[in-house]
Amino acid sequence: MIEFLQHLGKSTHTSFTKLGRATYFLLQTVTGILSVLPRPGLLLKQMYSVGVLSFLIITISGLFVGMVLGLQGYYILSDFGAEETLGVMVAASLVRELGPVVSALLFAGRAGSALTAEIGLMKATEQLSGMEMMAVDPIKRIISPRFLAGFLSMPLLAGLFSAVGIIGGQIVGSGLLGVDEGAYWSQMQAKLDFQDDIINGVIKSIVFGFVASWIALFEGYDAIPTSEGVSRATTRTVVNSAFSILGLDFILTALMFGDD
Amino acid sequence: MQHTSTQDTLVGLFVASGIVGLFFLAMQVSNLSSFTENDSYTITARFENSGGLKVKSAVSAAGVKIGRVSAISFDPKTYQSVVQMNIDARYNTLPEDTTASVFTAGLLGEQYVNLEPGGSDDYLKNGGKIDITQSAIILEKALGQFLFKAAEEKK
Repeated sequence: MIEFLQHLGKSTHTSFTKLGRATYFLLQTVTGILSVLPRPGLLLKQMYSVGVLSFLIITISGLFVGMVLGLQGYYILSDFGAEETLGVMVAASLVRELGPVVSALLFAGRAGSALTAEIGLMKATEQLSGMEMMAVDPIKRIISPRFLAGFLSMPLLAGLFSAVGIIGGQIVGSGLLGVDEGAYWSQMQAKLDFQDDIINGVIKSIVFGFVASWIALFEGYDAIPTSEGVSRATTRTVVNSAFSILGLDFILTALMFGDD
Repeated sequence: MQHTSTQDTLVGLFVASGIVGLFFLAMQVSNLSSFTENDSYTITARFENSGGLKVKSAVSAAGVKIGRVSAISFDPKTYQSVVQMNIDARYNTLPEDTTASVFTAGLLGEQYVNLEPGGSDDYLKNGGKIDITQSAIILEKALGQFLFKAAEEKK
C-alpha cells in the first residue's frame, strides 16, 4: 500500500516536472522564432521537410476520406430521399472536423515522429551539446525553425485535405452514384458559412499544428540520449499528439459550434 | 542537407497549393462571393408568431433569394416578434404594401420569409416597415384545430 502511494506520488511528481520543462521549452522556442525571421533559409528548409514531404499523404488520404464519406453518406441519405444534401454532409464533416483532425493526426505520424527522431538523434550523438560549445543556441538554430514550419504548414495541409476530400466526395457522389452535380455544390454553398465553418476549421488546424509540433520537438529534445530512449520518445510523440489533438478537438468544437 | 533552389520551388508550390485549397473552400464551398452585407438595406416586419425562423434564414420573393434575416427580437409591449431583414440593394423596388409571410420549404424544411409585392407606387426604403404580415403555421396548432373540428362535426 505504502509502495503504491510512493509510486503514485513519484509519477505525479515526474509528470508535473515534465510539464514544467515543456512549458519552459515552449517559451524559449517562441522567443527563438524572432531570430529565425532574418534567416528565411532555415525556415524554407524545414517547410520542405515538414510540409512538402507530407503533401502526398495528406492529399491522397483526403481524397479517399472524401470518397468514403460520399459513398456512406449516399447510402444513408438515399433512405430518406435526401441524396441532394450529400454535398452538405461531406463538406460540413470535412471542413469542421475531419479536415483539421485527420490531417493533424497524419501530420503527427508523418512529420512529428520524424522531428522527434531527428532531434533525439542529434542529442544522442551530442550534436546539440556541440552547438552549445560553439556558442550557438540549439533552440534558436534547430528547434524554432522547425516549430514555425510545423505551425505554418498545418493550416495549409488541413485546407488541402478538406478541398481534396470535397472533390473526392463529388467524384463518387455525382460521378458514380448519380447525385446531381449542381445540387451537390449549391446545397453546400447554401448551408456552409465562411465565418462559422471555414474560419473555425482553420483556427482548429492552427491550434493542432501548434500542439503537435510542440509535443514532437519537446519529446525529441527531452529524450534520453540512447537509441532506446529515442525510439520511446518517438512513440510518445505519436501517442501524446493523438490524445491532445482529439481532446482539444472536443473542447474547441464545444466552444465553436455550441450555440446555434 | 544544404537547401537548394529546387527545394525553394517545391516549398513555394506547397504554400501556393495550400492557399489555393483554402481559397477554394472560401469561394466554392461557403460561397463567400455571392452575398455581402455591405450593399444591402434593412426592413422590419412584425409577426404574431415567427415560428422556427432563425437569424440568417432566407428572405425570398417569387422563389428567389433576395436577402437574409439579420435579427429577431420580441416586443414586450405588443407581444409580437420583430424580424429585421437585410435585402440586397439591387432589389430596391419592393412596394410599400408588400406582404411578408413565414413559409416552410417542403414539409420538414427550413422556415423562410416570403415577400409578396403589392401594387403601391412607393417603394420600401432603408428602415422601412412591412405592415401586412402572415404568421408561421405551427403544425401542432393546425393539427389541434383540425382534430377539434373533426370531433365537433361528429356530435
